[in-house]
Amino acid sequence: MSLRSFIKDKLVSQSLDDQINRIRKPLGSLGYDPWGIHNDTLKIGFSVAQKVYSKYFRVEAEGVENVPAEGPVLLIANHSGQLPIDGILIAFALASRQDRPRIPRAMIERFFPTVPYVGNMLNQLGAVLGDPVNCAKMLANDEAVIVFPEGIRGSGKLYRDRYQLKRFGNGFMRLAMQYNATVVPVGVVGCEETIPALANFRPLAKALGLPYVPVAVPFVLPAKVYLKFGKPMYFDNADIPEEKVTERVEVVKAEISELINQGLSERKRLF
Amino acid sequence: MANSSKPAILVTGAAGALAQQVINRLRDDFHLVAVDFREQVYLGDDVPSYCIDFNKRVFEDLFRRYDFEGIIHLGRIMSSQETRMRRYNANVLGSQKLLDLAHKYGIHRVVILSTYHVYGATAYNPALIDEQAPLKSAGLSMDLIDSVELENLANIYLWRYPDLNITLLRPCNIVGPGVRNSISTLLASRRAPVLAGFSPMMQFIHIDDMADAIVLAYRKSHRGVFNVAPDDWIAYQHALDLSGCRRVPIPSIPPSLPRTIARLLGLKSFPSYLMSFFKYPVIIDGRAFRDTFGFKPKRPLKEIFRYYRENKHPV
Repeated sequence: MSLRSFIKDKLVSQSLDDQINRIRKPLGSLGYDPWGIHNDTLKIGFSVAQKVYSKYFRVEAEGVENVPAEGPVLLIANHSGQLPIDGILIAFALASRQDRPRIPRAMIERFFPTVPYVGNMLNQLGAVLGDPVNCAKMLANDEAVIVFPEGIRGSGKLYRDRYQLKRFGNGFMRLAMQYNATVVPVGVVGCEETIPALANFRPLAKALGLPYVPVAVPFVLPAKVYLKFGKPMYFDNADIPEEKVTERVEVVKAEISELINQGLSERKRLF
Repeated sequence: MANSSKPAILVTGAAGALAQQVINRLRDDFHLVAVDFREQVYLGDDVPSYCIDFNKRVFEDLFRRYDFEGIIHLGRIMSSQETRMRRYNANVLGSQKLLDLAHKYGIHRVVILSTYHVYGATAYNPALIDEQAPLKSAGLSMDLIDSVELENLANIYLWRYPDLNITLLRPCNIVGPGVRNSISTLLASRRAPVLAGFSPMMQFIHIDDMADAIVLAYRKSHRGVFNVAPDDWIAYQHALDLSGCRRVPIPSIPPSLPRTIARLLGLKSFPSYLMSFFKYPVIIDGRAFRDTFGFKPKRPLKEIFRYYRENKHPV
């Protein structure tokens, strides 16, 4: 606890402190919510993310004002780059926007809660186990949730498959329909170049219980990242068969694909 | 029989602090009869108190002697007490006997105290678990099997005999003055073990609030299963800090290591079968109980931890 206060004093400015406090978060009396987000840790994470966002990846975000300021929102994005860096950057873009910022919650792999220190830290920063029940309860709680429907299929893909969207799961669409959540498609360009992977070392991944072990550079390259937030999409809660849901998912996927293409065409160079 | 104008209630687990709080809240309006199979406790001249095993035939004599209106069943042996077999006999078979007698003698109100442990702690638990969630503890630990069995039993009676009006309460960690469960012992100690790198979210309810909840559940008759927890949360290690405990980290991987260490050191308050509860969060959703019964806990977390900070027992 003392270490946390010490780091917070060193890193977090008064204005940042005020800004985070101002953002609506349904917290309990000691600064936690049921999923484990913690206000003070969030401030430290925010100040670190600020430097990573603006100095290291020099992120250019466009259309972040498209995310509604209130009510349940699902931010649907393409996943890439072995580590969930894209999630952090999307979250920061929304949390730092000038007009009515929000703290979005990211859904993480089931493997993270079993890792000492890391699982707890991710929870304190607002990440949540990627379980449909969690997502449903959050939408009912009027939260903005970042979902990568590709899951590990997306983040673990090799460099030669970059910017090819993998199969999308249908779960997010069912939840969006049920909870009347706004869907905001997000195209992420640049994260594929942060940790380019040449191969996946499957036997080692299996032995360690990891989703994948990439054969890649052992550090994160400073690629320039473009975030493209699309126009909000709305879906009614009609009682439709699964194939119709898949069609709706394809509409969102096409939108993300379009946003990625825009980003790629605007990009001048990789770094 | 002293005062036959008041309706009679049987309260089990009378030796516990929670039962005594419940008795104090109800004694003016009801004729209470207290039972415990561990010891006989004196609860005042107006409350007859017995030490009886539910599985003995004399237990039925109580039902013949007093015309009970309802039962408040708080007498579950905690997993830290007794052997597995004795716990099963008392918690499962004893409770079955109790419910059979309740049906036989036309009792029309039963409140049963369970625990959130029945949900089981796993890495894949979502937060805000509601009452419909499967009771995973049965598959995770044989030491909690009697708690899950008691639940199953209560559920069978809940649906088979609707006239019993069974309300089953699943509270989060009950803490506060007089509570002797594992988590309360940990908060009250000067040094408490933690698993290195794990600080799961937890919920705590003050014993006074829990007693209020039980009384409310008894008075407002709504059948069903309900979680009981306040809308407030804290990480385990932070709770220890606020309670003035020094944290003693135990290596957490591989999972067998902390279990072995706890067993070798004989840490009673940190039993091996609860180890996963100190690793993964089990956050329950208390909204159904809050909305159905109009329940609002009055003691905030800060007050709970202040009590433990000021009342340390030597380790």
